[in-house]
Amino acid sequence: MFKKIAIVVGLGLALSATAEAQTPRKGGTIRMTAPYGSSFTSMDIHTSPRAQDEIYAKALHRSLYIWNSAEGKPVLELAKEDIVSGGGLVHTFKLRDDVYFHHGRRMTADDIIWSYNRIIDGSKAYPGARFVRVIEGAAEVEKGQAKEISGLKKIDDFTLEMKLTEKVDPGFYFFNAITSIYPADEAAKEGFIQKPIGLGPFKFVEHVPGSRVVLERWEKFYKPGKPYADKLIISLMSEAAARDVAFRNKEIDTSVLGPAQYLAYQADPALKSTIVEVAEVFTRYMGMNPSFKPFADKRVRQAINHAIDADLIINKLVKGKAYRATSWLPLTSPAYDKAMKPYAFDPAKAKQLLADAGYPNGFEFEWTTSQNESWGLPIVEAIIPMLDRVGIKVKVKQVETAVLAEAIRKGDFQAYIYSQATGPDPQAALKCFHSSTPQSACNYMSFKNADFDKALDQAGQTDAPEQRVALLQKANALLQDEAPVWFFNYNKAVMAVQPWLKGIQLNATELTHQNVEDLWVDETSPAK
Amino acid sequence: MLSFLIRRILQTVPIVLAVVLVIFVLFSVVPGSIASTADDGRGPTDPQVVERMKKQLGLDDPVYIRFGKYIASLAKGDFGTSFRTREPVTSMIAKRMWPTLQLIFAAIAFAIAIGVPLGFIAALRPGGIVDTVSMVVAVSGLSIAKFWLGLLLMYVFALKLGWLPSFGYGDGGLKYLILPAVSLGVSPMALLARTTRAAVLEIMTADFVRTARSKGMSETRLVRWHVMRNALVLILTTVGLQFGALMGQAVVVEKLFSWPGIGSLLVDSVLQRDIPAVQGSILVVVLFFLTINTLIDVLYGVIDPRIRYA
Repeated sequence: MFKKIAIVVGLGLALSATAEAQTPRKGGTIRMTAPYGSSFTSMDIHTSPRAQDEIYAKALHRSLYIWNSAEGKPVLELAKEDIVSGGGLVHTFKLRDDVYFHHGRRMTADDIIWSYNRIIDGSKAYPGARFVRVIEGAAEVEKGQAKEISGLKKIDDFTLEMKLTEKVDPGFYFFNAITSIYPADEAAKEGFIQKPIGLGPFKFVEHVPGSRVVLERWEKFYKPGKPYADKLIISLMSEAAARDVAFRNKEIDTSVLGPAQYLAYQADPALKSTIVEVAEVFTRYMGMNPSFKPFADKRVRQAINHAIDADLIINKLVKGKAYRATSWLPLTSPAYDKAMKPYAFDPAKAKQLLADAGYPNGFEFEWTTSQNESWGLPIVEAIIPMLDRVGIKVKVKQVETAVLAEAIRKGDFQAYIYSQATGPDPQAALKCFHSSTPQSACNYMSFKNADFDKALDQAGQTDAPEQRVALLQKANALLQDEAPVWFFNYNKAVMAVQPWLKGIQLNATELTHQNVEDLWVDETSPAK
Repeated sequence: MLSFLIRRILQTVPIVLAVVLVIFVLFSVVPGSIASTADDGRGPTDPQVVERMKKQLGLDDPVYIRFGKYIASLAKGDFGTSFRTREPVTSMIAKRMWPTLQLIFAAIAFAIAIGVPLGFIAALRPGGIVDTVSMVVAVSGLSIAKFWLGLLLMYVFALKLGWLPSFGYGDGGLKYLILPAVSLGVSPMALLARTTRAAVLEIMTADFVRTARSKGMSETRLVRWHVMRNALVLILTTVGLQFGALMGQAVVVEKLFSWPGIGSLLVDSVLQRDIPAVQGSILVVVLFFLTINTLIDVLYGVIDPRIRYA
């Protein structure tokens, strides 16, 4: 399902298809880029949930599960089998017995238990705690009421029992790099961050803070014949223009493209074929605070959705580097409903809805925004005249992204524009609108709807996948009708990939996150 | 000379304390915190982690308690622990210090090597073709944006000519240093050219120069012994000021060229509200600025003994 609806455009698809048809070449160097900042946060991936850090962590570390881009779901990685019992709450993992850490020791169940206990340690406030908390007894460890997670039990070295508190797919909780498995003996030592040891296909060579991370092939990696490349260099390149020059100069193999470059690369016959793109699981939207009186009325929220010409903004301002949003769940979500239509641009209808709601002359609201080019001030500025046409005035409050995040969490806004992860797990994405979810967690609009709650709860209880999808689609449709937000777009992630780099995966969770053991370079690569 | 040096060092102490206070207060009142940026937009914010993080990092403490703790740590030479990386800030800065110094010294060397001779030549033949061309270059150098110049240099010397790499630190070697150093050095080069020209022109009309000429001193000897030495005070002042300014301006160049210096550390730390790293980085920049200025003051004393006894 996921694969069927994955949006793959033009030669990006041809590129990966060609890669599969060829025999992978051993050796060579892959030169990737980390575009989301001038540094990596830390070589201890448990401390950082940033997309930037996961780029290197995908090569260095491994988690219990891994994201399979082709199937569009997390699959077992460090285990061969997951036997589910206890009404879906008990998972018995038969671990692989051929997985070795980079210092040569074999991984056992003890390492997984140690890693999850480390992540949930309340005194450390590791971001991965939100995932580990789903294991029974983890919350007690986090609060300091227990020393070890009671829901994790070592049956033998290669069998692990995990009891969950909810009936969820643990794959969605344990595929991210922030739940990577560390070697219990080594990771407790002080120098671990300087020379991290993992289970990934590449082992650590050097980290030049602010410049690059260099890794080399791990010979005892558990997937036969992989990784293909001898070396992996990840360069920190936060400036799009610099990446552009370096890519054209063949100094790097991958480069994330912004809207302006996307347009330029499409127009250049020599570069057009290097583009790969995928609909990522991020939804851009304007959140409306119901404690601000006009936004408490559904008709006003619907009016805003009708008053804004989202297609025009996507085509002209975002340069086509986004997909029109219909509701909360993105295109690549397994519960996305293809039949659903977005709100039509209809200012007359918007005016009528406003009049029905008691605002025939409109009203004024404060819109908090960051400067982000894809979901910030430029978008707000384009929308202002559209809302003005239906009588709604906007007062812009521009803040930094860090400040915006805090304002949203505190509910300190009338309206805001943001980009939020809405996948890969549709259940988790929709749970943000469940009435039991606190405002400060992710129910930023303090959404409450009994029918929505019921549909979502039923989806969580059912064992039938099709019924589950249908219930999630129903909840997503309810959300569209209630319009707690203005549904803007789903991010289209675009990356330029040199023709000699093969095996790029269209990862909808984050395009820069590649399972690097599947990448290889042919003999035309200029890198030695 | 020693008492002069001690006096100058003591004068920097209140400046450092004032800077520490200003930085601390500024980043204590600015909205947003590391806890707000914890999820990176990739998932719902975990309020439990946010609260624990605030507690763990002491962000819940009143400002005066945090300031007290900070000053106590500073007194021991401890800049604190980074909120982001959970590493000691001193160790983070130490890793970034050498690349930044490399960049700044290379930029200043470039600026002096080109700017000072250019200014001299222009001043010795005022109104001539060299003067006109060099001043056009100087004004352009001052006006040009470093980001744009850096991109232009990348385009020409990396993409078109293929002589140099367009980005990165590599092994820290010269070929990686040239483009960022020139991008950073063009502006001080232009300033030095203009300053040198102005200083030399002024000195050339001074009484002691006229006296030396009337005594039959050759032009070469006159420039070497009288003009150059007197112009040096102004040139040194400009170089000293530029050293400090470049530390701040390096931010743009470091980001553009993926150069692993303090500038890029500072930018990322500010954006993610890593207050200890921001405070530490700014403090190092300020200390560097003060050190260079103290050294320049000492050099004044060497060049012109009257300053030492003033």
